[in-house]
Amino acid sequence: MKTSQQRISGLFFVIILLSFVSGLAAEEMIVPDPNDSTKICIPQPPTDVKATDAVYDKGNVVDLNWTLSSDDDAAGKVLRYQILRRKAGEGDFTSIDSVVSGTTFYKDESVEPGQSYEYEVVAICDGGSGPSDPSAPVTPDMEWLDFRLTNLFLIGLLICGAVIYFIAKAKRGKTLFIRKIAGLEAVDEAIGRATEMGRPILFVPGIQDMDDVQTIAGLTILGRVARVVADYDTKIKVPVSRSLVMTASRETLKAAYMAAGHPDAFNEDMAQYITDEQFGYVAAVDGMIIREKPATVFLLGAFFAESLILAETGNSIGAIQIGGTANPPQLPFFVAACDFTLIGEELFAASAYLSGEPRQLGSLKGQDVGKALAMIAIILGALATTIGQTWHIDFISKFADLLNSLFRTN
Amino acid sequence: MRRQVPLIITFFIGALLIISVFIPPMTSLKETFTLYFDIIAVFAFFLGGGNLLRVHLSKLQGRKEDWGFSLVTVIGFAFMLTIGLFKIGNPGGISASITADDSLFQKLFNFVLVPLGSTMYALLAFFVASASYRAFRAKNREATILLIGAFIILLGRTPFGMMLTSWVPDQFSILQIPNLAIWVMNGPNLAGQRAIMIGIGLGVVSMSIRILLGIERSYLGEEQ
Repeated sequence: MKTSQQRISGLFFVIILLSFVSGLAAEEMIVPDPNDSTKICIPQPPTDVKATDAVYDKGNVVDLNWTLSSDDDAAGKVLRYQILRRKAGEGDFTSIDSVVSGTTFYKDESVEPGQSYEYEVVAICDGGSGPSDPSAPVTPDMEWLDFRLTNLFLIGLLICGAVIYFIAKAKRGKTLFIRKIAGLEAVDEAIGRATEMGRPILFVPGIQDMDDVQTIAGLTILGRVARVVADYDTKIKVPVSRSLVMTASRETLKAAYMAAGHPDAFNEDMAQYITDEQFGYVAAVDGMIIREKPATVFLLGAFFAESLILAETGNSIGAIQIGGTANPPQLPFFVAACDFTLIGEELFAASAYLSGEPRQLGSLKGQDVGKALAMIAIILGALATTIGQTWHIDFISKFADLLNSLFRTN
Repeated sequence: MRRQVPLIITFFIGALLIISVFIPPMTSLKETFTLYFDIIAVFAFFLGGGNLLRVHLSKLQGRKEDWGFSLVTVIGFAFMLTIGLFKIGNPGGISASITADDSLFQKLFNFVLVPLGSTMYALLAFFVASASYRAFRAKNREATILLIGAFIILLGRTPFGMMLTSWVPDQFSILQIPNLAIWVMNGPNLAGQRAIMIGIGLGVVSMSIRILLGIERSYLGEEQ
């Protein structure tokens, strides 16, 4: 015979078990009982829950906005907001995520295109929760074109068009004027010096892999340099920090030696893998510079903190150095320590310049159209902003804003 | 044919990736191709490691000049490779992560490789001093401007700069050295950097077109 105390204990145990199971099913969501006056924390729900289809995406994103619960204030009653979702008109809401209090925005990136969804945002406090009204249904859609990038598309089209136009023009035999680049004019002289001194040439194509355009630029210059080196029968060494760059360097060197008519002078070990480790690579290359004392050092590619260490070591042994990178913070180091520096775009122009091939030179001319466009836009923009803001002329300020938006990509 | 196939692949993949920037359903293509690149790079690592061993073993075999360095390289390579492959000194055994804090591999990395790397990096301080000494000599007009600019920046970044010019009245506060330093950094310096960045952007476009159209192909070894 069970006593009343045992019955109450049993009932209590069942209630606890049921609450635990229902708690698991609700995925941490605390559903308040409006009639339960013992709950001390039932926050005001968030309002104006709006779900909108995100624009220019794959149809897998819904933006959710709401107005904070009136209890979400400095007192800290609201701890977080639980985001719930269901397929429109189907079953119960399920929790998908939660965000901290004070947040009014959530990006749901796990929806399917073409499927309608409804959302609910629940304010959670210690011991209770306040669910909002469900949002209106939203159906995420996929957009096929990102019209925000129209300006980028048009400018890109203009510049690419200009490059292709000048390539075609050069192909037809039109002579194009290209300004002299001192660093590239010095390449033959630098190789000749190494030949006369009977010392090797060191070519460092940076420390990045083949997916960096600077490395590709460095290797295209290596091709031109190696051809002259093969002609002069000088020694060249290419220490690299990436395996793929090693194989690409070998191919480049091999092709250059074959083109120069000295395939037998090519040796696979001219391009040597050192290590992927940045400063391990620097230590090895510095060691080579000190021990082998190359007469000429080319530092052309992507460089970071190692730029000055390499260039200063080369400088200390009196090597003639040609440095070049598209990494602006490293350029002052090359300017200080190298005899010639290819600044930014000159690195990319180098291969075309050295080849002397009309089609390649034509591409440099097309590049100038882009520069002219940038110069005109900068001058007009600076003038329009200054005049518009100084004399408060509305249409000139609007023109300045228009120019600004034309060159903005985000 | 050996050169045509890579050129065709380069053109189509390059064009596809450019187009994908403007088409939202294709924006993840870049990540996909980056992943492909990483997979290829992993296989290429065997070539790199093989080359490293071959070069240094041949130096050792022929007792060539400075063969001692090669000996250190080969021993270091073999030691780390063995410990890494067989997880020697790994508290969790063969199934545990090699990068766990108390594994021998991680200890060698933390207490040998990292300090050695830091030592090389520390050399930069001395090289900056020697390069600055050469660069900041007032040999000509440009070098003099550089020297003045550097002097303003150096003083402006120290309390001494403020101390020297704190007497300048507020209406001429731009003449206080720290403010002058900010102006140099945000004005002429930023303008110069942006000009270089615009040039780089255009250079990349031009070079990419040359590569996509197959005009620039020396990196593929075209001149055979």
